[in-house]
Amino acid sequence: MGSSSVFTSFQFSDFGFLIEAAGRTLLISVLAISIGTVFGCIFGWILSVARIVGAVTLGAVLDVFRSVPLLIQLILFYNFFPIIGFNLSPFEAGTIVLIFYTSSLVAAVARGGIDAVPEITRRAARSLGLSYWQDMRYIVWPIGLRAVLPSWAGVALGVLKDSALVSVLGYVELLRASQILITRTQEPFLILIIVGIFYFSLSFPISRLTARLERKWHYD
Amino acid sequence: MEIAVLAMVVGIVLGLGLAIMRMQGTRPLAWFAVGWIELARNTPALLQLFFFGFGLGAFGLHLSPFLIVLFGLSFNNAGYLAETFRGGFNAIPATQTRAARSLGMTQSQTYIRIIIPQVFRLVYHPLTNQMVWSVLMSSLAMLVGFRELAGETQFLASKTYRIFEFFLVTAAIYYVIVKLFLAGARLLSWRLFRY
Repeated sequence: MGSSSVFTSFQFSDFGFLIEAAGRTLLISVLAISIGTVFGCIFGWILSVARIVGAVTLGAVLDVFRSVPLLIQLILFYNFFPIIGFNLSPFEAGTIVLIFYTSSLVAAVARGGIDAVPEITRRAARSLGLSYWQDMRYIVWPIGLRAVLPSWAGVALGVLKDSALVSVLGYVELLRASQILITRTQEPFLILIIVGIFYFSLSFPISRLTARLERKWHYD
Repeated sequence: MEIAVLAMVVGIVLGLGLAIMRMQGTRPLAWFAVGWIELARNTPALLQLFFFGFGLGAFGLHLSPFLIVLFGLSFNNAGYLAETFRGGFNAIPATQTRAARSLGMTQSQTYIRIIIPQVFRLVYHPLTNQMVWSVLMSSLAMLVGFRELAGETQFLASKTYRIFEFFLVTAAIYYVIVKLFLAGARLLSWRLFRY
């Protein structure tokens, strides 16, 4: 393949490009998961406290995020801001949508966690003189966390994989990087496999770890 | 939309097969099933679609967009469902199998008549979740050029430059479909699992 050719084959330096892109995938996922989890916990708490009011207001809104494809959400959100007058970069729009999406999923998980703590346990805690927040911190949090950590990890892994969709907006993360390389090298099979390995090595250890944690806690 | 249903049906069949292979199969079969399951669960669905689209294209195997989406989604669904089914199978006591076998049923009769109906009852709820997921994922089809709901929207949007309006309507349609499906599933479960 001569240097005059537009298409050059896959080179070693391309690994650097892919690793950089994997870093961006990781960045956007970690941002979305961490902020989304905080919001999700707050929403979950609201849902479990204000049952009926919460369900018809916040619950309905969160439900929309779960029932509309993430891809459509991304495109909608990205195209919404120019209409009201200012532009968002693909990264900002993608992160914001992913945060909303994560928090709507985590809210359901967190609510399940709070509900997993028996009412009697909480009454006992209050009777022993713990304040509401002490009860939350020392009773509900440890028990609830055990109940829902696997589902939370499932959500987190899902978001890591769904962050691939941000590529549609033009943000150069792992999947987008693979598209760019494919266009240049015309070797889709090789590159898709490499990118697959990248995603796999990001995701697989976490899923193993959670499976092990789950088993360990199960037999307690 | 029918692609989501189709992919789901294929996914259920393959998922059942994989789950049984993983638990009962000989070493190579079990490894094959584990490989499939872990690959499907640990890489993005979009990457899998691209793989079936462009990856196989490298071997001169050009699939139509419909087949790409069908294969990709089925592959993904099967991976997730296999784990769901495995959970279901593990929840069925081994005594059930032994009882059926001692009544003179063959291995396959045991599975078809005794085990699988019970598993379906157990995994009914996760199954509906996966179906919703499958509907939502079918929107990815627009990225490989298949004209389902999202793809059609994109086509119209690029023709008229009214991206936001078109996608807003599409979002509403997806929402309604998911809600209708969930309501239907609840009705069905009430009819099926009543006694």
